[in-house]
Amino acid sequence: MECAFAITGKDFVLIASDMSAGRSIIQMKSNENKITPVGPNLAMACGGEPGDTSRFADYVDRNLRLYHIRNNFPLPPPSAASWVRRILAESIRSRSPYAVNVLLGGFDTTTSKPHLYWLDYLGTKADIPYAAQGVGMYVTLSTMDKWWYENIERREALDVLNKCVDEVKKRVTIKFDFNCVLIDKDGVHSLDLKSQDPIAELEAKVAAMKPSDPEPIIPSSDAPAIAAA
Amino acid sequence: MFRFNFSLLSAYLNPSSLVLPTAAAISLTVFSPDGHLFQVEYALEAVRRGTCAVGVRGQKCVVLGVEKKSALQLQDPRTVRKVAMLDDHICVAFAGLTADGRILIDRARIECQSHRLTVEDPVSVEYITKYVAGIQQKYTQSGGVRPFGISTLIVGFDPHDTVPRLYQTEPSGIYSAWKACAIGRSSKTVREFLEKNFTEGLERDEAIKLTVKSLLEVVQTGAKNIEISVMESYGVITNLEQMEIEKIVATIEAEKEAEAERKRQRVVATQAGQATMAMGSSAPSGTSTPQPPSGVTAPGGESGVQ
Repeated sequence: MECAFAITGKDFVLIASDMSAGRSIIQMKSNENKITPVGPNLAMACGGEPGDTSRFADYVDRNLRLYHIRNNFPLPPPSAASWVRRILAESIRSRSPYAVNVLLGGFDTTTSKPHLYWLDYLGTKADIPYAAQGVGMYVTLSTMDKWWYENIERREALDVLNKCVDEVKKRVTIKFDFNCVLIDKDGVHSLDLKSQDPIAELEAKVAAMKPSDPEPIIPSSDAPAIAAA
Repeated sequence: MFRFNFSLLSAYLNPSSLVLPTAAAISLTVFSPDGHLFQVEYALEAVRRGTCAVGVRGQKCVVLGVEKKSALQLQDPRTVRKVAMLDDHICVAFAGLTADGRILIDRARIECQSHRLTVEDPVSVEYITKYVAGIQQKYTQSGGVRPFGISTLIVGFDPHDTVPRLYQTEPSGIYSAWKACAIGRSSKTVREFLEKNFTEGLERDEAIKLTVKSLLEVVQTGAKNIEISVMESYGVITNLEQMEIEKIVATIEAEKEAEAERKRQRVVATQAGQATMAMGSSAPSGTSTPQPPSGVTAPGGESGVQ
């Protein structure tokens, strides 16, 4: 049982995912982070078979990192999505397929455009402005259909996201907690959905970091872009 | 079947895809009657003909300096690089056949990521050095292959550690740790220079200066053929701009000039001293004082500066 959704805006992508881990009707953990940064401006929410999801996320992360080191440039989101799709498509035709559904969001720094991809374990890929995976699909797509618009600003997008969270709380029997990331030109940032104004907090954090932190040549991929929820 | 894919896939899951042809291939690397492996020695010769690379370990940093060939007029100089990143915290420079270097570096990069994938930790500098040297050794003992014609300098920091590391590998598969080391063309001269001038606990600027200075021993053309990378802590690497290197070269040259000037003046002073002594001893007293033989310094003059 899982639930993830994502929204693209003017110059960013928001991804939110539930944090529950368990089997069948039993919940073992309520703070499992399911969103992995897989590049300087790229993050992935994985749902599906629990073991597969983390293994798949690691595998993708390491391969994209290898690409980055080899070429001194990260794989842009559209290419990364194609590569992930291919891996899933090859995997389903193998003896031990990954049972993983993915929302891949990223910001392309070369074109300054946000990208969002919906991928499933069969190797389907869709390039869409907003998306949902898991049980959230049934109840939040209509919410996003109603409230999302082209070039939506950060705060408005976050409002839509919160509407989706509320919708899930209202309509789905299982209770979820959500964590959320925002991806923009500066990287992958975690947002605290419970705070009053997460966007203001983020802006303050980015402003505080900028002058003193000269970016290393290749930013570390395991820099804690997402703090453990 | 030929499959084009990310080699992490094939390399990690199927090691046999990167191993050497074995069956029926005859080894090129065989002992000569007096116990030499000629192919390995020839590989070392290829290294000696490669461009020079220097590594210097400071107190908190480690510096890699390489001599780079000047790019041809119509060539894009950015595509010719001699210092490569293996991972966030490890850099490598090599001397010898560039084509061999590329392959070896790629294998090491894959290993770095594979290591992270399997044990969820970055590699240590010694681990990756051992891995690189291991590959090089394999190619001296397998059929149908020739050894890698490169030596490497591997620098970096271990995870959760502040000690800078510097290792060297050779075509034979030997690896060793160093305080300062040179490989490639005229590496002997440079190593001797480093032996004379290296001191423990160099600061960043001093380490960079020593690196540039030692490279200038063999690089005649100066700053434009020198490339410097500095690693200051885990994952913090800077490549010096051409301007900065030029500035360092300029200060070194100024120092050398001043030193030469001092020497010249001392020589003049010595000669003047000798002349007055000769005059003073011969003229007033009339007794014959033996002239100091040329080559021996007069008293009062600095020794050994003629």
